[in-house]
Amino acid sequence: MSAPLVHRVGRNGLLVELEDAEAAEALHAEILRRRVDGTLPPVREVVPGARTILLDGLSEPQRLAAELPSWDVPPLRRDEGSALEIRVRYDGPDLDEVAGLWGVDTAEVARIHAGTVFRVAFCGFAPGFAYLTGLDPEYHVPRRADPRTSVPAGAVALAGPYTGVYPRSSPGGWQLIGTAPGTVLWDSARKPAALLAPGTRVRFVPEESR
Amino acid sequence: MSGTGIPGPSAHSPNSTARGALVVVRAGALTTVQDLGRPGYAHLGVSRSGALDEPAHRLANRLLGNPESAATLETTFSGCAVRVPGPAVAVVTGAPCPVTVDGRPAPWGVPVRLPAGAVIDAGPATHGLRSYLAFAGGIQVPAELGSRATDLLSGIGPAPLRDGDRLPVGPPGPTDGPGRATVEAARWQAPPRELVLPVLCGPRTDWFTADALRTLMTRTYRVSPKGNRIGLRLDGPALERARDDELPSEGMTLGAVQVPPEGRPVVFLADHPVTGGYPVIGVVPPEHLAPAAQAVPGTPVRFVPAGPAPRDR
Repeated sequence: MSAPLVHRVGRNGLLVELEDAEAAEALHAEILRRRVDGTLPPVREVVPGARTILLDGLSEPQRLAAELPSWDVPPLRRDEGSALEIRVRYDGPDLDEVAGLWGVDTAEVARIHAGTVFRVAFCGFAPGFAYLTGLDPEYHVPRRADPRTSVPAGAVALAGPYTGVYPRSSPGGWQLIGTAPGTVLWDSARKPAALLAPGTRVRFVPEESR
Repeated sequence: MSGTGIPGPSAHSPNSTARGALVVVRAGALTTVQDLGRPGYAHLGVSRSGALDEPAHRLANRLLGNPESAATLETTFSGCAVRVPGPAVAVVTGAPCPVTVDGRPAPWGVPVRLPAGAVIDAGPATHGLRSYLAFAGGIQVPAELGSRATDLLSGIGPAPLRDGDRLPVGPPGPTDGPGRATVEAARWQAPPRELVLPVLCGPRTDWFTADALRTLMTRTYRVSPKGNRIGLRLDGPALERARDDELPSEGMTLGAVQVPPEGRPVVFLADHPVTGGYPVIGVVPPEHLAPAAQAVPGTPVRFVPAGPAPRDR
C-alpha cells in the first residue's frame, strides 16, 4: 500500500487520502483500533469518506500528520463474524431498469443483491444513511438522470459502487430496487441510534412474496 | 420498534413539564431551540449543530446563572414572543432588538424579571440577524444524542417553533441566592459592516486554478439571502476549477468553504452536511463564524489568509 496523502483541514483537522476504498477502510479500522487502545491522540470526529478519513478536533494535527504515513496498517480482514440482516422486498420502481443495465431478469437482480455481503464504508446524507460497498464493479449503475423529489423511507437503492437504504422520506437520485419494511435505520431513543455505522457488515434477505 | 405490537414505555417522563411550559405566542420567521450542539456523531451522518452565534448563546446563559450548555431560543431576523407559565427571569442577547414585556419596553442584554403569565417579545433585529432569548433554568425539551439543538439538515431535535407550541422550562439555578455573581452586562458587538473571513487553504485548494485562489482572496463577495443554518451562501465571482473529475464523497468540517459546480463559495455553518462531494478550497476557523451568522444579506465579504491561531502563540 502506498503511503496516504495527508491534507490539513483548518487548524485542527486532517484529511487522510488513500489510493482506494479498501485502503481507506483498512486505515479507518486501524484508527478506531488505536483510539480504543489509547494510542491515538484525542480527536472529536473520525469521519470516513469514499477514499478518505477526516480527523477533526485534534490539538496537534501536525504531529499526527507527520506520523501517520509511516503507520503499519494491516489489510482489512474480510468475512469476520456475522452480518446484520435487513429484510427486503425487491419491488422498487427502478427494478426493471436495473435488470436491463445488468442484462439479467428482475429475479436475478434480487439474487445478486441478496447474495452480496456489504460493508458500511461511510455515512452521510441523512442520519442513519450508510453507503454500503461490496457489489461487483460490473453491477455499478449510474444515478437516475432525473432525481425523485420524494423517495419513501425504507427504499433500498443503488448508485455507483454503493447500495443504501433511505432512513426517511427525502429527495433522492438513486435507483430504487426494493423496500425494507420494518427496518428502523435511525431512532434517537435507541442505543445506538444508528443501525448502521462504518464497518458494519450487512446482508439483504429477500422477503418471500405473498 | 421491535414489531411485537406491545407499546413500550414512553421515552420521556411527563413530569419534565411539571413546572409548566412556555407558550409560543409569535414564533417569528425561524426560531429554533439551540445549545452547544452534539459533537462526536459526524460518522453517523449527524452534524454538530448548536447556536450559530455561540458567544451570544453562552453570554445569555451566563447572565442568567445557567450553565452555558442550557438551551436557548435562536431567532432569525424577526424575533419571537413567548408567554411564561410562572415568575421567570429572561434575557435577550445576540442581534440587538426592541424587547417588550406585556407590551412595555424592557432592556436588551440585561436579565428581566417576568411575572407569571407575562409575554416577553424579542422584536425584529435592528442590527444583525439572530437574537438569543434565554430563560433561567433553560429550555428543557427532551435531548437527542445529548443535545436539545434543532438540526435543520438532519431533522434531529425539536422542530422550528410554531405559534402555540409549548416548551418546558427547567428549574432556575441559584440566580437569587447569596452566591450570585455580579451581573454581567452584555457587550454590544456591532455586527460587521463588512465581513472579513480569515481562511486557511486546503484540503482541496489544488482542485482550483491559481486564478481562483487569487479571486477568492482579493475580490468582494456579498452575503446571499439564500443562506441558512447549513451554510453562508455568497454572491460574487465564480471560482474556476483546475480539474473536472468528481470528488468522491469526503468528510466536511464546520467553516469549510465548499465550492459547488456553479463556482460560488458556501461557508459551512453548524447544520452543514457531514460528508460531501464538492471540493473545499479552504476553511474559516470557527471563532470567525459568529460574525458570519449575524451578517445580513447584502453584507460585503472579504476572504483573507488566516494568521496563526490566537491561542498558539
